[in-house]
Amino acid sequence: MKIVVCVKQVPDSAAKVVVENGQVTWGDAPLVINPWDEYAVETALRQQEAHGGEVTAISMGAENAKEALKHALAMGCQNAVLISDPALIGADSLLTARVLAAAIKKISGVDLAFFGRQAIDGDVGVTAAQTARVLGWPALTLVSAVSQLDPGVGTIQVERSVEEGRQVVEAKLPASISVVKDIGEPRYPSFMGIRKASRAEIPVWTLSDLGLEASAPVVTWPEITNPPKREVLTEIIAGDNPQEIAEKLVEKIIEEKVL
Amino acid sequence: MADKVWAYIDHFKGEAYPSSWEALGAGRALAGQLGGGVTAVVAGSQVKGVAEQAFQYGADEVLFADDATLADFRAEAYASLLSKLAQEHKPDVILFPTTSRGRELAAMIAVDLKTGVMPDATGLEVKDGAVVATRPVYAGKLLSQAVCNARPQLITLRVRAFPAPEPDAARKGKLTAVPAVLVEGDIPTKVAGYTTGGGGVSLSDAAVIVSGGRGISNNPALTPPSGMDEKQAEIWRAQEGFKMIGELAKVLGAAVGASRAAVDAGYIPYEHQVGQTGKVVSPDLYIACGISGAIQHQAGMRTSKMI
Ligand SMILES: Cc1cc2nc3c(=O)[nH]c(=O)nc-3n(C[C@H](O)[C@H](O)[C@H](O)COP(=O)(O)OP(=O)(O)OC[C@H]3O[C@@H](n4cnc5c(N)ncnc54)[C@H](O)[C@@H]3O)c2cc1C
Ligand SMILES: Nc1ncnc2c1ncn2[C@@H]1O[C@H](COP(=O)(O)O)[C@@H](O)[C@H]1O
Repeated sequence: MKIVVCVKQVPDSAAKVVVENGQVTWGDAPLVINPWDEYAVETALRQQEAHGGEVTAISMGAENAKEALKHALAMGCQNAVLISDPALIGADSLLTARVLAAAIKKISGVDLAFFGRQAIDGDVGVTAAQTARVLGWPALTLVSAVSQLDPGVGTIQVERSVEEGRQVVEAKLPASISVVKDIGEPRYPSFMGIRKASRAEIPVWTLSDLGLEASAPVVTWPEITNPPKREVLTEIIAGDNPQEIAEKLVEKIIEEKVL
Repeated sequence: MADKVWAYIDHFKGEAYPSSWEALGAGRALAGQLGGGVTAVVAGSQVKGVAEQAFQYGADEVLFADDATLADFRAEAYASLLSKLAQEHKPDVILFPTTSRGRELAAMIAVDLKTGVMPDATGLEVKDGAVVATRPVYAGKLLSQAVCNARPQLITLRVRAFPAPEPDAARKGKLTAVPAVLVEGDIPTKVAGYTTGGGGVSLSDAAVIVSGGRGISNNPALTPPSGMDEKQAEIWRAQEGFKMIGELAKVLGAAVGASRAAVDAGYIPYEHQVGQTGKVVSPDLYIACGISGAIQHQAGMRTSKMI
């Protein structure tokens, strides 16, 4: 089995992200591997452990995205590749998908590509489906369990977490898969893993290595702002006993017509 | 001739998602500025009822694909259909509700038509003939404007961010039947069924939500049955707590939510998680029980009207 997992470097979920002078900043909060992508790495490793083969983590980003790749290596991925090119600054999702698809093709013979459900910076959540579409592969999104995988025959069955519940879907390999949290808690990097990752030489591919021309992004972000201060009224409802507090609360809820 | 503004009507086996009507309403507002009416796209198998509802909620025309291959939503089949229709009729804008299906569909069509997708918009504005979408990024910590310089502009609308129009039972429009594009053999996936059925109120659509957190397991008034170890007793207490939450939800017609701590501790399945790595909700009333309000939890519910 040849498996690829796509990881992105993002500001930590607890970071205080603000706009200052038109620039997005998060102070000295750390950059981390996108939390959803840790689940993707975990899933990739479990499939590799069950069926053999190797897992390659790939990331498109600046030099610092190597940290996300090192995290993936420390968790147990065998290889990592950074795709970095000045022409990719400001890339939109379509270009990102074309680049990831080209990298997957270059790795060649890939059976499964794993993605996180969404990246917590842009909250776009389209890359798995778009990369699949570029490759002409089935997209199995929001997967909460890989119930069957037969690399010999080339078939996979997954459970997807959709609005109606768990949907069971079957497809042929190769396939693109985005995972949600139910897929299983990501492992912590082992001490050995961390040591190996810190010494790893991560190759960098440019657009021309992928045989791609940069295209101007179709989607642009003319402005990014701090959200307007919401008028928040905070009120503490007090009373002598729970009964009295509950009655006051109910009155309040009915008064505000939110029920 | 189809209109410039389209809305994709999302449904599950013939039952339309209310957020589809929000997309139709938002489409009418855009059409008011861009000209023309609103065309709805309805695809499925035996879903004439959805098409009729679309007229009632404001569609002037419905492009209607009714075919056995479309019975289950399969993104590849639906995307090929919509891409072909869009290539033929060249709409300026296609609006989708931000459901799992709407997002996936918009993503794939963007690849086919070499255009952009602006997911989860909370505001729309027309400027120089183009739509400027406002969308929350960084889990709602910032707001970003997005524009797309290719056509059609594909935008998914955050559920409950746009008002739903009132239906008018007398309203009629033009029903245009269109054929499916992929034959069964060309659709790469098969839906084998559902392991858990979707009972209860869906979180994203809910007007009222009652959520439980880690504190649910800390009801000093409950005595667990004897013979339980500490962990079992904790889960037992939590489940008793969620029973109470379920009862309240039932009385209020509400959906049940949870914090990640409650989900991780095994009190309740992940489907109920609200927050940055769960569902983003925006009900009129959000009742949090035993939840501390961590930033990642707030990311999923801070736009609720009353908390
Ligand atoms: C990358 C990342 C993503 C995350 N995503 C999410 C997410 O999507 N959703 C989410 O919810 N969290 C998320 N978290 C976790 C988040 O940081 C918090 O850990 C979590 O929300 C805490 O859940 P809680 O409020 O139930 O538990 P706690 O913080 O432990 O709060 C329990 C509360 O219950 C109260 N309590 C205790 N006993 C009682 C009692 N008897 N009666 C009444 N109240 C009582 C306590 O005072 C406290 O306020 C994420 C974290 C990370 C790092
Ligand atoms: N620049 C990138 N490099 C590698 N993987 C990415 C990149 N951007 C997005 N992804 C993958 O696509 C998923 C969804 O991202 P998004 O569509 O941006 O929300 C992420 O969880 C990653 O798995």
